[in-house]
Amino acid sequence: MRALDYRRPESAQEAVELVSSHPGARYLAGGSNLVDHLKLGVAAPDVLVDVSRLPLDDVEEVEGEDGAVLRIGANVRNSDLAAHPVVRSRFPVVARATLAGASGQIRNQATTAGNLLQRTRCVYFQDVTTACNKRKPGTGCSALGGYARYNAILGASAHCVTTHPSDLAVGLAAVDATVVVLGVEGERRIRLEDLHRLPGDRPEADTTLAASDLITAVELPMVDTDTRSTYAKVRDRASFAFALVSVAATLRMEGDRVGEVRIAWGGVAHKPWRARRAEAALTGGGIEEDAVRAAVDEELATATTDDGTAYKVAMVRNTTTMTLLRLAGEVRR
Amino acid sequence: MTEQRTRGIAPRSIGTSLDRVDGPEKVTGLAAYAVEHGADEGVSAPLSVWLVTSTIAKGRVSRVDPSRALAHPGVTAVLDHTNAPRLEQTDNGELAILQDDRVGFRGQVVALVLAETSEAAREGAALVEVSYEPEPHEAELREDNATYKPDKVNPAMETDTDEGDVDAALASAPVLVEQTYRTPYEHNNPLEPHATVAWWAEHEGREVLSMFDSTQGVHGVVQALAPMLGLEPDQVRVRAPYVGGGFGSKGEAHAHVMATVLAAQTTGGRPVRLAVTRQQMFSLTGYRTATISHMRLGAGADGRLTAIEHAVQEQTSVVREFAEQTASPTRMLYAAPHRRTSHRLARLDVAVPSWMRAPGEMPGMFAHEVAMDELAVACGLDPIVLRERNEPDLDPETGKPFNDRRLVECLRRGAERFGWADRPPEPRARLDGDWWIGTGVASATYPAMKQPGNTARVTSLEGGRYEVAIGSVDIGTGARTVLTQIAADALDVAPTDVELAIADSLLPSASVAGGSSGTSSWGSAIVAAAQLFRADHGAVPAPGLHTTASAADDPASEAYAFHSFGAVFAEARVNRWTGEVRVPRLHGVYSVGRVINPRTARSQLVGGLVMGLSAALFEESHRDPRFGHVVTQDLATYHVASHADVLDVDAEWLEESDEAFTPMGSRGIGEIGIVGTAAAVANATFHATGTRVRSLPLTADHFLE
Ligand SMILES: Cc1cc2nc3c(=O)[nH]c(=O)nc-3n(C[C@H](O)[C@H](O)[C@H](O)COP(=O)(O)OP(=O)(O)OC[C@H]3O[C@@H](n4cnc5c(N)ncnc54)[C@H](O)[C@@H]3O)c2cc1C
Repeated sequence: MRALDYRRPESAQEAVELVSSHPGARYLAGGSNLVDHLKLGVAAPDVLVDVSRLPLDDVEEVEGEDGAVLRIGANVRNSDLAAHPVVRSRFPVVARATLAGASGQIRNQATTAGNLLQRTRCVYFQDVTTACNKRKPGTGCSALGGYARYNAILGASAHCVTTHPSDLAVGLAAVDATVVVLGVEGERRIRLEDLHRLPGDRPEADTTLAASDLITAVELPMVDTDTRSTYAKVRDRASFAFALVSVAATLRMEGDRVGEVRIAWGGVAHKPWRARRAEAALTGGGIEEDAVRAAVDEELATATTDDGTAYKVAMVRNTTTMTLLRLAGEVRR
Repeated sequence: MTEQRTRGIAPRSIGTSLDRVDGPEKVTGLAAYAVEHGADEGVSAPLSVWLVTSTIAKGRVSRVDPSRALAHPGVTAVLDHTNAPRLEQTDNGELAILQDDRVGFRGQVVALVLAETSEAAREGAALVEVSYEPEPHEAELREDNATYKPDKVNPAMETDTDEGDVDAALASAPVLVEQTYRTPYEHNNPLEPHATVAWWAEHEGREVLSMFDSTQGVHGVVQALAPMLGLEPDQVRVRAPYVGGGFGSKGEAHAHVMATVLAAQTTGGRPVRLAVTRQQMFSLTGYRTATISHMRLGAGADGRLTAIEHAVQEQTSVVREFAEQTASPTRMLYAAPHRRTSHRLARLDVAVPSWMRAPGEMPGMFAHEVAMDELAVACGLDPIVLRERNEPDLDPETGKPFNDRRLVECLRRGAERFGWADRPPEPRARLDGDWWIGTGVASATYPAMKQPGNTARVTSLEGGRYEVAIGSVDIGTGARTVLTQIAADALDVAPTDVELAIADSLLPSASVAGGSSGTSSWGSAIVAAAQLFRADHGAVPAPGLHTTASAADDPASEAYAFHSFGAVFAEARVNRWTGEVRVPRLHGVYSVGRVINPRTARSQLVGGLVMGLSAALFEESHRDPRFGHVVTQDLATYHVASHADVLDVDAEWLEESDEAFTPMGSRGIGEIGIVGTAAAVANATFHATGTRVRSLPLTADHFLE
């Protein structure tokens, strides 16, 4: 048995101090990802700082610097987030993305922050008998030339080809969420889009956070009531499976023209992939099947695939088209 | 012990849905599974064992350094090939662990760690340092390396068959279907991982080995282990009162059983226990080989088959041979004058394959029944009509009459219930919103099997009650319940007057719970013992009398071929954007002899259908040939059907009684539910989309447009 110190700080401040003063310390929230990693030998912290009891579990509308935001505490459970009336009515994409993840039991346990910071499900990352640059920098990437079905097609590097597994993160990327972080130097805000990073030559870092940075909340800028949104997740199994690909989208039409469209993809990259080129191509035009396909192809111009991932190109294209046509249908109705 | 000819028994409890006799223990958590037995049953203060497994696929262990492990608090010993107890026999390469430095596959046991707790044992295992001299390995099944011809295929069937002139018949056939079908590696994954407790003691000057094991057959474990350990069978006792599923993977003892026994040999009598992890199950407890089936069907324009050829390529392990009998159903299912089957294997440096739910029939029938669907399309025939036209008069394999072949009735009955008549003949004809809709059908067949070596004992108790004893195991199927019903009817008493004793190798010997043969084999022995008991001791015996008997073979039954049959109907929906496949309806109709308990029978058949659905849509173990092991080694990456996938799944059966086969009239239920199911689903996806997929699983990427 490996001895572990378990600490339960009284405040967020104390939590940050604990982790910053112990190099081997990790935050523990619902534990549904980290505890698995302890068992698999993927993570070996010597101190667990349990933040799950910190009072960070409110969902409330507050006035932010740039207008009203819905502030979601870091410890709000995935189940509660998906069921929250304001989330459901104003941010259906977030509610649906959350509900598309894992199982009922896991969503009861999983927290908002823990979900965003869950690590890749790459089978080689989780198997300590194989090389993995993310788990052990410099050892090599076994996924290259290996089991590729869930690998990235955008933004991968020679060091890591995996994808980020969170559904919620993809939903949040589409609504321009901001992450509130408490670090050793105080509080700061990071765009969700800038939270996760591409692997480059440092795949061991999933995010731009420091080890002692504590996520305390996620903020969603309130949207107009005429913005529609939804989330489509493609998977072989009807539930309890990670996405092959997923599409989060919001759409505001101005007459027959796109006023604003936001598209984020899951299952294609090391981070939720905001499809800005596709958005730009669609803005001001109509939502027709050919136009959406063309816009998606523009975004996918830099995609790289192999035998295992080639299917994702058509899958992303079709699923994005389906999603936007549905949203446009809703708008017209 | 006597061999007794049995007579048919009058069903009273048989045919009723008697509640599971062990239901209360199970739902209240009182039922103790292998590692849960405590001091009251001899398992006091057990040590835990953890397996250290190889990280190379082939080569030698050059050094095992236990020092860091031994320094870890709680660790008591580390065993490897240099200090593990020696075995008397080592020809079973899967079980003969730690006898030399050879590594035959990645994931093989190379050391054991014993410790006071499972946590300490696990950490100790992580601290054992193993050095290797690796050698190049081959771990990929390909068409060009599956060329080895085994002497037989599982269990003892001919490797090849050849009748008539297949090549000539195919060359002149007006209609030819020639395609290759593939099924992936699949792992059984019972809910309860494999687990064993063992301890050694001395009794009257002899060594005695006692075990609790999660197994499908306690006597089989004794027979496998005793000679390897240099013991007589009566020096080994194995019990398995409750088992959380096996699906074939607990049909034979695997390496972890021997690991536990060897570890227990070093503790001075202290019990040891071992539970295999889910990840370890992917290399240590058996699996189904991937298969490649080259099918050639030749037929007249009317769909009548003139030639059938099924050439199989699959794999085995260099460590121990297991040859899946994939073409076996093709030998008997349909009539055709010219027929040929063959099996060729790749001998790979991989874990040892073994029995998995309907070995042979499951992958073989996927190939054959999809090919039949293709033939129906080629001939412009309804798939049911095609199958009716190819009904044989005699068993094509043996030339014997079938005792009872009701395949066509199953197909017709199913068609009626399923609403087959409304089906548009053309594929890609129905779109509902975003979903293409189609339906498909496939035949199912499974041999009726009775195993030799079954004996039962009936003992009269006080108050008109009886103990009925046989060492069979209930792996969750409901065997305890149906054997109680059989015993009650055979003795002509109420089920509550029967005290059934099972799952202990000290009891009269019983065959494995496998091949859907348990109820037939054990039940016949129970009927034999009950009938002989009545003949010897009458209707009102004094307490304490007993009779032991086994069922004598009925020579008349030699004249027949005994098989069960079924028809599976599936509706598939395929999303036109995403390619996702959902199966809203899956119905099976079966001819399986008399159904002893409708409730447990239904669970078996519906469970088989769900397992077939799961194989159709999801199940696939990805072996990474560079490393040699399966990398999708947990239930988050090895997908089985979830609740949301299991919609309208239903099974029914034809009323019948097959007394030529067993005195109960039953033929055996279980595996037939999985056979044909994947083909029915695949055929439905073709009908929905017009896209023919010839490999499992039927994942979304196949249907993207
Ligand atoms: C079988 C299975 C299937 C799943 N399927 C899906 C799926 O389909 N889609 C999906 O999106 N997810 C899925 N999940 C993942 C699940 O959503 C995550 O495990 C969960 O969201 C993690 O949340 P947690 O609170 O349990 O995190 P923990 O395991 O406690 O922590 C995860 C990580 O976050 C860090 N952390 C936690 N809180 C904070 C904080 N406040 N500040 C900084 N760091 C913090 C921890 O140190 C740790 O590194 C699945 C999980 C399993 C086991």
